[in-house]
Amino acid sequence: MRITTRVNGTEQEVDDVWAGESLLYVLRERMGLPGSKNACEQGECGSCTVYLDGEPVCSCLVAAGQAIGREVTTVEGLADGERLHPVQEAFVECGAVQCGFCTPGLVVAAHDLLARVPSPSDPEIREALAGNLCRCTGYEKILDAVRLAAERQAQA
Amino acid sequence: MDFLQPSSWQEALDIRAERPDAVPIAGGTDVMVDINFDRRRPGALLDLGRVAELREWGTEAGVVRLGAGVPYTRIVEDLADRLPGLAMASRTVGSPQIRIRGTVGGNLGSASPAGDAHPPLLAAGAVVEVASAARGARQIPAAEFYTGVKRNALEADELIAAVLIPSAAGPQQFCKIGTRNAMVIAVSAFACALHPDRRAVGTGIGSAAPTPRRAVDAEDFLAGELEGSGLWESRGELPETLARAFGERVAAAASPIDDVRGSAAYRLHSLSVMARRAVTWAWNDLRKAA
Ligand SMILES: Cc1cc2nc3c(=O)[nH]c(=O)nc-3n(C[C@H](O)[C@H](O)[C@H](O)COP(=O)(O)OP(=O)(O)OC[C@H]3O[C@@H](n4cnc5c(N)ncnc54)[C@H](O)[C@@H]3O)c2cc1C
Ligand code: FES
Ligand code: FES
Repeated sequence: MRITTRVNGTEQEVDDVWAGESLLYVLRERMGLPGSKNACEQGECGSCTVYLDGEPVCSCLVAAGQAIGREVTTVEGLADGERLHPVQEAFVECGAVQCGFCTPGLVVAAHDLLARVPSPSDPEIREALAGNLCRCTGYEKILDAVRLAAERQAQA
Repeated sequence: MDFLQPSSWQEALDIRAERPDAVPIAGGTDVMVDINFDRRRPGALLDLGRVAELREWGTEAGVVRLGAGVPYTRIVEDLADRLPGLAMASRTVGSPQIRIRGTVGGNLGSASPAGDAHPPLLAAGAVVEVASAARGARQIPAAEFYTGVKRNALEADELIAAVLIPSAAGPQQFCKIGTRNAMVIAVSAFACALHPDRRAVGTGIGSAAPTPRRAVDAEDFLAGELEGSGLWESRGELPETLARAFGERVAAAASPIDDVRGSAAYRLHSLSVMARRAVTWAWNDLRKAA
C-alpha cells in the first residue's frame, strides 16, 4: 500500500508498505528518520513518541495507514536547522542524556507538555512523562531539564 | 493483509459484513501490540479512525451517547461532569500517549477482565449499542456484554457504535490497585455509583472474575439498608459497619484467580477495602451536595 503523509513539514510518499506495519517502522526504515526509537513495540516505553496531528502518540501503536494524510512531527522536526530546540538544549545541559535511547521520546513528550502548560509543577511533569521510561538517568536530571526549559521559555 | 479504510459508518458496517477476516482497529493500543508481536495475522485491518460518527458524543434526555471511538483523553477533559466514574477510570489508563489513542470501544472490543472502562460502565448502568449492515442497531446492557475471558456479545458482522451512559445523578467513585500510578494493568478494581434519584446503588468489579461484573447482592443490600434507616432522606453519616458489610458483599461477588499480578486472596481483600472506602467517599460527596 502507498502511504502519503506530511512529516516534519515535508510531503512524504512511500510504496509497498505492509498493512500491519507501524508508523514507527515506516518512519525509521522507509523514510530515513531513525530519531524515533524502537525499544518495546508495545506502548510501554514511549521512546517512539511522535506528534500525530499535534498530539503525542506511541508511533509503534499507530498502523501506518492510519497516518495517511495526517501531519507527523518527529524529534528530527523540533530543531530549527542546526539550532537545537530549547527543550533539547536543556536535556544536553542538564545531563539528562546518557545512552540517549529514551531521549527522542522524552524530548517530544516534554515539548508537548511545555506547549500546553508553560510552567508545570513537578507532579505535572511526572504525569506528562509517565509514559516514557529511562533506564539510565534515574529521571532526576530529566526533571531538571524540563524545569530549565520551562524557565527559559518563561524568560523568552 | 489488506488495509480497509471506510470513511462513513455505513461503509464500515458493509465492510464488516463482507470481510469476516478483518480485525477492526480504533486506537490500535491493543491490536498493534498483537500485530507487532506476531500474535495476530488477520486478513485485513478495518481502520475505524476515519469514521467521524464514532468520535462524537452528545447528551439526550439525561443519557450520554459516547461514540465508540472517543479517546480517554476527551472523556477526562470534556465529560468528567456527566460521567465522573468513567472519567476517573479513564484517567488511570496507561499513559498520556495511550489515553490519547485508546478508546472505550476498543476496551469493550478487547473485553479484558482488567479493562478499566468496564467497572464504571457497569456501576452507571450503561448500555452498549452495536450494529450490523443486515440487522441494524441493537442495545446490550453492559452487564450482558461481557460473556467470558476476553469475549463479548458481538456477532461476527457487528461493530460497536456507542455506549449509552446515564448522566450521573449522584456521586461516583473508581479505585484501582496496581504497582505504580501510571501504566498499570489493574490487580483489582472497583467502581460504585450512587443513584439518589431512584434510590439505588451501582457497582462494578474489575480484574477479579473471568469477566467484569456487578456485585448485585451488595447493591441491593446497601440500597435496602439506606432505605430502611431513612438515610436517603436524612443524608446522615454512613455507618462504618454498613460500609464494611457492603465491602464484604462486594468481595463475595468476585471469583478471582492467582496470577502474576496478584493472588486471589489479595484481590478479595483489596476489593472489600476499596468498596468500603469508595462507597464512604461517594456517600460523603452526596452529603456535601445536600
Ligand atoms: C502501554 C499500554 C497500557 C495500557 N494500559 C491500560 C490500562 O491502564 N487500562 C486499560 O483498561 N487498558 C489499558 N491498555 C489496553 C488498551 O489501551 C485499552 O484496552 C484500550 O481501551 C483499547 O482501545 P483502542 O481504541 O486502542 O483499541 P484497539 O486496539 O484499536 O482495538 C481493541 C479491540 O477492540 C476491537 N474494536 C475496536 N473498536 C471497535 C468497534 N467500534 N467495534 C467493534 N470492535 C472494535 C478491535 O478489533 C480489537 O479487538 C493499555 C495498552 C497499552 C499498550
Ligand atoms: S517502542 Fe513504542 S512505546 Fe516502546
Ligand atoms: S538515557 Fe539511557 S534510557 Fe534514558
